[in-house]
Amino acid sequence: MLGNKLSKSLIFSGTLVYLFLYVPLLILIVYSFNDSRVNVGWVGFTLKWYKVLFADKQLISAAINSIIIALIASTVSVILGTLAGVALHKYKVPLLSTLVMIPVAAPELLVGVSLLLFFLLINFSLGMVSITLAHIAFCLSFVTIAVKTRMHGMDDSLIDAARDLGASPVRAFFSVLIPTILPGIIAGWLMAFTLSLDDFVITFFTAGVGSSTLPLAIYSMLKMGVTPEVNAASTVIIICTLILTSIATKISPQLFK
Amino acid sequence: MAILELKNIVKQFADYTAVNGVSLSIEQGEFFTLLGPSGCGKTTLLRMIAGFESPDSGQILLDGKDIKGLPPEKRPLHTVFQSYALFPHMTVQDNIAFPLKMAKWNKSEIDERVREQISSVQLERFAGRYPHELSGGQRQRVAIARSLVDRPKLLLLDEPLSALDARLREHMHVELVKMQEKSGVTFVYVTHDQSEALALSSRVAVMNHGVVEQLGTPREIYSHPKTYYVADFIGKCNLLKAKVIDASGENVVLKVADSFELTINNSENKFKLGLDGWFAIRPEKIKANWDPRVEEGIANFKAKVKGYYYYGDGTLYEFLLENGTVIQCMLSNNRPHQASFFEDGDEVYISINPLAGNFLVE
Repeated sequence: MLGNKLSKSLIFSGTLVYLFLYVPLLILIVYSFNDSRVNVGWVGFTLKWYKVLFADKQLISAAINSIIIALIASTVSVILGTLAGVALHKYKVPLLSTLVMIPVAAPELLVGVSLLLFFLLINFSLGMVSITLAHIAFCLSFVTIAVKTRMHGMDDSLIDAARDLGASPVRAFFSVLIPTILPGIIAGWLMAFTLSLDDFVITFFTAGVGSSTLPLAIYSMLKMGVTPEVNAASTVIIICTLILTSIATKISPQLFK
Repeated sequence: MAILELKNIVKQFADYTAVNGVSLSIEQGEFFTLLGPSGCGKTTLLRMIAGFESPDSGQILLDGKDIKGLPPEKRPLHTVFQSYALFPHMTVQDNIAFPLKMAKWNKSEIDERVREQISSVQLERFAGRYPHELSGGQRQRVAIARSLVDRPKLLLLDEPLSALDARLREHMHVELVKMQEKSGVTFVYVTHDQSEALALSSRVAVMNHGVVEQLGTPREIYSHPKTYYVADFIGKCNLLKAKVIDASGENVVLKVADSFELTINNSENKFKLGLDGWFAIRPEKIKANWDPRVEEGIANFKAKVKGYYYYGDGTLYEFLLENGTVIQCMLSNNRPHQASFFEDGDEVYISINPLAGNFLVE
């Protein structure tokens, strides 16, 4: 893009779009440092809401739940999604590729309700395990798509070449295929991790009583109004998401083009 | 002894027959080429030899042993792919070491052989680079070096030069022949480029619709094509309709293009009266002069210059006969008199020696 002069109107409209995207987040971040109970005017700088946040046992345990669920869900979905992505690339079954996209495109509310109905139907008790399973279900699609995209850009004769030069099918898979599509796998893992960490709607339906994740905990805090503590918690989540997303973008740029 | 023998190979895909009964015997040390247009079955044949496809019927004998059922990694041969298929996450050095690692050589032996192999293709300076940091020609050399590093019995090359530009391709011709001679490994080369096949090969099999149309040295294939297809596919060729109009003696008389007669040998008694076919003659085998030249056995007749293409070393003329037949004639530009250049509309006499062409019966 270097060397292409941007016209003034493009810079102007682009700025507006980015302001629209980021001003609300910035306000939230700024208020998390505001020394006042209400989100009205700027009173003074403080870190006390972060102290309150990290002293809140319920919130911390919800955050730990979230991280555990995100780690398990993203890792399991990365393994299954990689296998699915490779298989879908190799055996081009048209309907299956479309079906993998559906959970990504379908309204989350619908996915959440359907999972709830499903768990009730098979008499599965709701809790950490059901949340994790639900997260694996929707993360799987994202990983599969990321891996499939990467496979698409790969030269198919690489695997033939590995076999031809003496590698068994298993050896060819691990020493040539996996390293070649690794950026897609890592990007898929990071996406799955962030999505799982942030998910509210699907988690809300599959959580049951007693188990809580960070987004659920924040939601219940909101019932008493948007407190600076909520702002602080949100700021932490935004920053974590930002870091993970930029790593994913860096590792697999073509995925986000 | 033949290093590779194919016996009546047949391979059918869902909707068509890719290879339809191919039998070939390839000698140790040969540069053997499978030549044909895309879809003629040459690549399928190569993939069956490599073990990526298995024939529906027939046998593949490598060094006298049937290799049917052996997976690609168990076959003592390698393939150079059209895309080179260098592993993008490995350096040149690691790419070349890959087959040796798979064969579980010990580390010091691998290092030594890899170093030797890298220097044999003059890539010492690039040993630590990744494939995307190399030019097309360098990648090509790495791919070949990797395939030859463990001294396979056979090297299969699938259109390895098609991704290179014309100049580099010619340069690689020389390198390929050198590498083949130096390694002593038998090459089986697949290409659709007939000039490449003629220049590189010790023998060529011309394929069409899953069968071998003709097998021979480049000279045999070019000078004595056996079928219309081979004559047409290899180089430029005049293919003129011809009919046997007199078969009374040891020789038969052909009426060619409904305009002139040629007497050809029929000692094998193949040609009967009324037989239809084609008289195939290369443009450079036809002569053209300002004046008629009467010689025993050589047809000499009048024609008009319809147009020409100047190629530098030669000029390709198109001559028009009275009945509308067009005959192409390649004349060297290295002839003594300027007068030998003809212009559009000039009337000239062309001479055709029946021994310079071939009567092809379909």
